[in-house]
Amino acid sequence: MRRKELRAYGNSAANRAFFALAYGFVIAAVIVTLYPFLYVLSVSLSSVEAINTRFITAYPIDLSLAGYKMVLGFPDIWQSYYNTIWYTTVGTALNILATCLAAYPLSRRRFFLRRQLNFFIAFTMYFSGGLIPFYIVVTKLGLYNTRWVMVLPLLVSTYNVMICRSAFEGISSEIFESASIDGANDITTLFRIAFPLIKPTLAVLTLYYAVSHWNNFFGALLFLGDQKLQPLQILLRRVLIMASPEVLQRMGGGTAVQALAVSSLQIRYVTIIVSILPIITIYPFLQRYFVKGIMLGAVKG
Amino acid sequence: MAKKNGLLSMAIRDRYLLLLFLPVFAYYVIFFYLPMPGMLIAFKDYLPGNGLFGGTWVGLKWFKAFFESQFFWRLLRNTFLLAFYPLLFGFPIPILFALCVTEIRSPKARAAAQTASYLPYFISSVVVAGMIVNFLSLSDGIVNGIISRLGGRKVNFMMDPKWFRTIFTASGVWQSFGFNSIIYIAAIMGIDPELYDAGRIDGVNKFQEARRITLPCLKPTIFILLILALGGILSVGFEKVYLLYNGATYETADVISTYVYRQGIESQNFGYATAVGLFNSVISFAIVYAANRLSRRANDMSLW
Repeated sequence: MRRKELRAYGNSAANRAFFALAYGFVIAAVIVTLYPFLYVLSVSLSSVEAINTRFITAYPIDLSLAGYKMVLGFPDIWQSYYNTIWYTTVGTALNILATCLAAYPLSRRRFFLRRQLNFFIAFTMYFSGGLIPFYIVVTKLGLYNTRWVMVLPLLVSTYNVMICRSAFEGISSEIFESASIDGANDITTLFRIAFPLIKPTLAVLTLYYAVSHWNNFFGALLFLGDQKLQPLQILLRRVLIMASPEVLQRMGGGTAVQALAVSSLQIRYVTIIVSILPIITIYPFLQRYFVKGIMLGAVKG
Repeated sequence: MAKKNGLLSMAIRDRYLLLLFLPVFAYYVIFFYLPMPGMLIAFKDYLPGNGLFGGTWVGLKWFKAFFESQFFWRLLRNTFLLAFYPLLFGFPIPILFALCVTEIRSPKARAAAQTASYLPYFISSVVVAGMIVNFLSLSDGIVNGIISRLGGRKVNFMMDPKWFRTIFTASGVWQSFGFNSIIYIAAIMGIDPELYDAGRIDGVNKFQEARRITLPCLKPTIFILLILALGGILSVGFEKVYLLYNGATYETADVISTYVYRQGIESQNFGYATAVGLFNSVISFAIVYAANRLSRRANDMSLW
């Protein structure tokens, strides 16, 4: 009886329409999401003649790596790539250390300042002094045009400290009791026992911190006037948005005539691919951690 | 005296915890609490050479100047609308996407569709803005290429104030719909399958199932996320506006944060820019506070 009904349920016209709509919507959403990347990739891999004479849509015409040779031969790209990698690795390492240092004491129930310090950090999520006072403080500290300005003002994110705190709170109290019976103090307990136990959470936080450093544009816009220190995002803005003729020309090989010959459009699209390549290649392998990160936040909030 | 001793002995007992917390304490003091009294600059004539607490008092001069400025209403309107439109369109789409993607039968195809949908969230705003500017470019953008191939007249999208809100909203939805759907997908996966079995026995079709079972189960999640989103209604992000706008589109694009940046950092009108920023933070704080009160009440309701 029930089976029969179930079969009728699966085959009714309304249900077929439903599945058609649902699959259609998902397919459309995926195409809209991915097509821009596919188009940029296609232009970046086409020959200059094809770009100038044909209409490129979803696949490269007359495959060519000339654009990549041009862009990768441009020293500024390597300099800003190096800077971005520096900010990302140093920044993320300090983030993880500092996040644990803050979260561990806040997770200890017996800690006498626990409530006060929780409030002390949570308050900053709701209220800040605003851009100008922050700018003045950072400049007065002498951080303007130094590498540290990309790292120190972003030492921890309050939200991530709270996620990390819940992870420490999730460790069974017996583990801590036996550690203290063995005479371990809080510092040893944190690094030897608690830290290894929350590695999965730390992996998620590492990813979030690393992506935010890789994409950090605002900090560099405010505090890094020196081109030698500027990250990829600043160079990208000059190439992609300001379409700085000077930069495009230098990338294109020196003279305006040569620059025209290589298609400035292609230079721009190659630069996009070169800058997002690290994220795009590791992303499919790590995306389940990203998702886990959201769920950690959701359970909290 | 006894209490003081109590505190001292607790501090000695917890000395290692205090030591661990110290660096981060210093961080918060320097980068969050030290700038807070700096807000007083909003009431001063402040010169770039002055210390954080320097400058001469001028009372409400800067606030008056801002309220009387021809830009006041424009900035308020733009700041509100550039948060409101992305919310209006960006809020329902993740729910719809979650409803549809969870119907995909093959787990592999479902995972692939989800993975693709989150991707734009991890791309920097510079790259997103760069793609928009180049796709919509008058000379070599693909959109105008298609328009002229279809025989239409090319549109100078980035220089036309009429287009800014559409571009900003559509790209915002593109960036975040997949990521924002994660929480709904998890909620749908968590719905008790027996509800669906019962529905099937009653002979409901899939449309009725979505409306009568799935959506009601999602209601608490939707409600709380909506309230939280409303709390952020005056905190439209600086970066994408700054990267996409230009002098020709200020009419619809200039928001409070970009105005503060231009006045403060570019023109060094520190007092005036701080006043504008302070006005913005007070209002957003009030909105966030109200939204949190509401969500707490909603939370109790949904628990009940």
